[in-house]
Amino acid sequence: MSDQDTPQATPNPRTAAPSDPEPSGPRLSRRRLFGVAGAGVALAGVGAAAGYAAGSSAGSAAARDGVVAFRGDRQAGIITPAQGRLHFVALDVTTPDPAAVRRLLQRWTLAAERMTAGLETTEGGAVGGNVQAPPADTGEALGLAASSLTLTFGIGASLFAKLGLDAQRPAALADLPAFTGDKLDPARSGGDLCIQACADDPQVAVHAVRNLVRMGFGTTSVRWSQLGFGRTSSTSTAQTTPRNLFGFKDGTNNLKAEEPAELDRHVWVQPGDGPDWMAGGSYLVARRIRMHIEIWDRTSLSEQEIIVGRTKGEGAPLGRAAEFDTADFSAKGADGEPVIATEAHIRLASAESLGGVKILRRGYNFVDGTDGQGHLDAGLFFIAFVRDPATQFVPMQRALSTKDVMMEYLEHTGSAVFACPPGLGPGSYWGQALFDA
Amino acid sequence: MSRRSAAVLLTTGVAAVLAGCTSTAPPASDAANAPIEVRAGDTSCELAKAEAPAGTISFAVTNTGSKVTEFYLYGTGDRIMGEVENIGPGLTRPLIVEVPDGGTYTTACKPGMAGDGIRAPFTVTGTATRSVDDNAKLAEAAAGYQRYVTSQIEALVAKNQEFVDAVKGGQVEQAKALFPISRTYWERIEPVAESFGDIDPKIDGREDDEREPGVAFTGYHRLEKDLWVDGLQADSPAMADQLQADILDLQNRVRTVELTPVQLANGAKELLDEVATGKITGEEDRYSHTDLYDFKANVEGSQAAVAALRPVIDEKDPQLGPTLDQRFAAVEALLETYRAGDGFVLYTQLTPEDVKKMADAVDALGEPVSQVAGTVTA
Repeated sequence: MSDQDTPQATPNPRTAAPSDPEPSGPRLSRRRLFGVAGAGVALAGVGAAAGYAAGSSAGSAAARDGVVAFRGDRQAGIITPAQGRLHFVALDVTTPDPAAVRRLLQRWTLAAERMTAGLETTEGGAVGGNVQAPPADTGEALGLAASSLTLTFGIGASLFAKLGLDAQRPAALADLPAFTGDKLDPARSGGDLCIQACADDPQVAVHAVRNLVRMGFGTTSVRWSQLGFGRTSSTSTAQTTPRNLFGFKDGTNNLKAEEPAELDRHVWVQPGDGPDWMAGGSYLVARRIRMHIEIWDRTSLSEQEIIVGRTKGEGAPLGRAAEFDTADFSAKGADGEPVIATEAHIRLASAESLGGVKILRRGYNFVDGTDGQGHLDAGLFFIAFVRDPATQFVPMQRALSTKDVMMEYLEHTGSAVFACPPGLGPGSYWGQALFDA
Repeated sequence: MSRRSAAVLLTTGVAAVLAGCTSTAPPASDAANAPIEVRAGDTSCELAKAEAPAGTISFAVTNTGSKVTEFYLYGTGDRIMGEVENIGPGLTRPLIVEVPDGGTYTTACKPGMAGDGIRAPFTVTGTATRSVDDNAKLAEAAAGYQRYVTSQIEALVAKNQEFVDAVKGGQVEQAKALFPISRTYWERIEPVAESFGDIDPKIDGREDDEREPGVAFTGYHRLEKDLWVDGLQADSPAMADQLQADILDLQNRVRTVELTPVQLANGAKELLDEVATGKITGEEDRYSHTDLYDFKANVEGSQAAVAALRPVIDEKDPQLGPTLDQRFAAVEALLETYRAGDGFVLYTQLTPEDVKKMADAVDALGEPVSQVAGTVTA
């Protein structure tokens, strides 16, 4: 695809396919606006039409028609109630030319905003164009709803040197130290850029990533990519706690969208933390954690619960009755031993053990076929959003990697850290604040 | 390609326009258009003048030698602007070419109708008003590419004969050296050969391809396996002769093929698809590992097809051409880093990182090339 695509004249929004029920009024008006907006004005026009959310994007997340606002103070896809499906991609920039990257980011932003609104990458992109040309939109999302699609953009440390932007690199955006037991595969780690696509429908998430990857050929190249089929945490009190592939509820004590003060303290980069372009953003830590589920499945229920520190059924802290009961780490049993073992997962990962450290988890279960030895290549694609990886994720992972008995069943096979800038105002594009800085 | 078959190439409606654009019909009796005399001998190629104003340029080519000859006018990168073929001894044939842009061109007489010919620079001055419409430009693009195909097959016939002779003479090292060279001409135009469903499997089939019962594994890759793995077999000479016969069959059939601009653009894309799925994976030349020669040839063939369409591309989308230039250049610069002598390192010498870099470069090129068909028909 060349740099000069413009939307086709024929209106053919994805959601207008015959099988799709007619959307409600507000959406129609947005669609009409897309129909008349040329490429040059679309950046500004679309933002206004989509109802620029001046406040948190979480508030509008559960909009009636499944459209999560693309623009706002914060990027969507962080405290947005975690959708069920993930397609995550890390890309390397293949050009030393910052202007080429900037052009791609502008094109990406236009397409991303359209796709999150349930539209094709360009007007009529899938089937409305010249039949002799490959369609601008790949088409597999035709007829599918917006499906709460969020596209969250991040920048890896390696990008800065590549484009001569070292002066703008945040100190907090550093490679993670090696942790005990890491078995990191370079082909599943790092990356100059990332796009996290989350949606209720996996095909919508895959469609988004695929089309953005395609637009990037010549400027970016896929470094690695990960599908996730089920969320492993809740990011809103409105959500129930899901289970990971060990069968346990995961992320019960996760930070939630409804705790703005806690989010400012632990998730959102504050003014003065680093370069101005990151204020209001967050650092994304990704870890591909292979779970040896076959071994885990041979472990007694009692041992599983001791390792985790919670009951498997209710998810209550051991010694308590209900999931959201506060864990009592000082309680001792009749034998004088702690009810929640000293090396239980929830104790090691707790704010109490880590000097008050908390993180926002947003991970997904995955199964990537088999390992060729008769086992499922399954696990948890861990995603956390933090204000500073070095003071939040690193001490937590250090404690877990050296003490957590669960590590016997885990293997960290991929790792990456990305700086996710703050949300987009009307007319702005991904990474603009960095490039303009 | 004969003049007559050039007309057959063109779809109705386009043909008439082309006839006025590059034609062997007698020129209008306009003094400014007086034909430039060309005396084409067996060892010489004399033009009455080597300069003409932009616009319609006429030549009158007289064969003063003893061999059947041809006359060409080439643009940059050997893009064929016009040509007249099959001029018998003593005959004079006209050539009228539309050259809208000034610059340095190249003339060539080809006594014996083979090789690069006897060449000389030819200067076109000024710029003509672009009177030709889109259809004429598209028709010229198709005709120009057709001439490229013809020239490549000529070279293929000659070079493959050397390869065949080496195989038949039991000169294994010589045959191994000629194998990737002969294939270069083949790989540049393979999509055209693929348009004849039965020729490509015979010439370029792989051992594990599915075949009709009774159809043998023949062609380049059978000989490749003999040369690199099994040693020459009792039927290797017969296989070599069969390969040459199939290539001559291709040459005959190409004379009548009709290529549309869309096919041309899609051919450019398919050549890169070939690279992405066959060469970058090392599947094509699995015994000799000379895949990078094929890689290079596919890219050159793709570039030739795009070059033929370039005037139309530039008119429809001024940004696509420079993008294509840049991406083609990036692939070629990358390939140059894998040079070994006159050829390339073997596929087995590549690291996974090398292959990833190549895949990135081909992906980067494949996207804009995939836009060409839509652009030229927009």
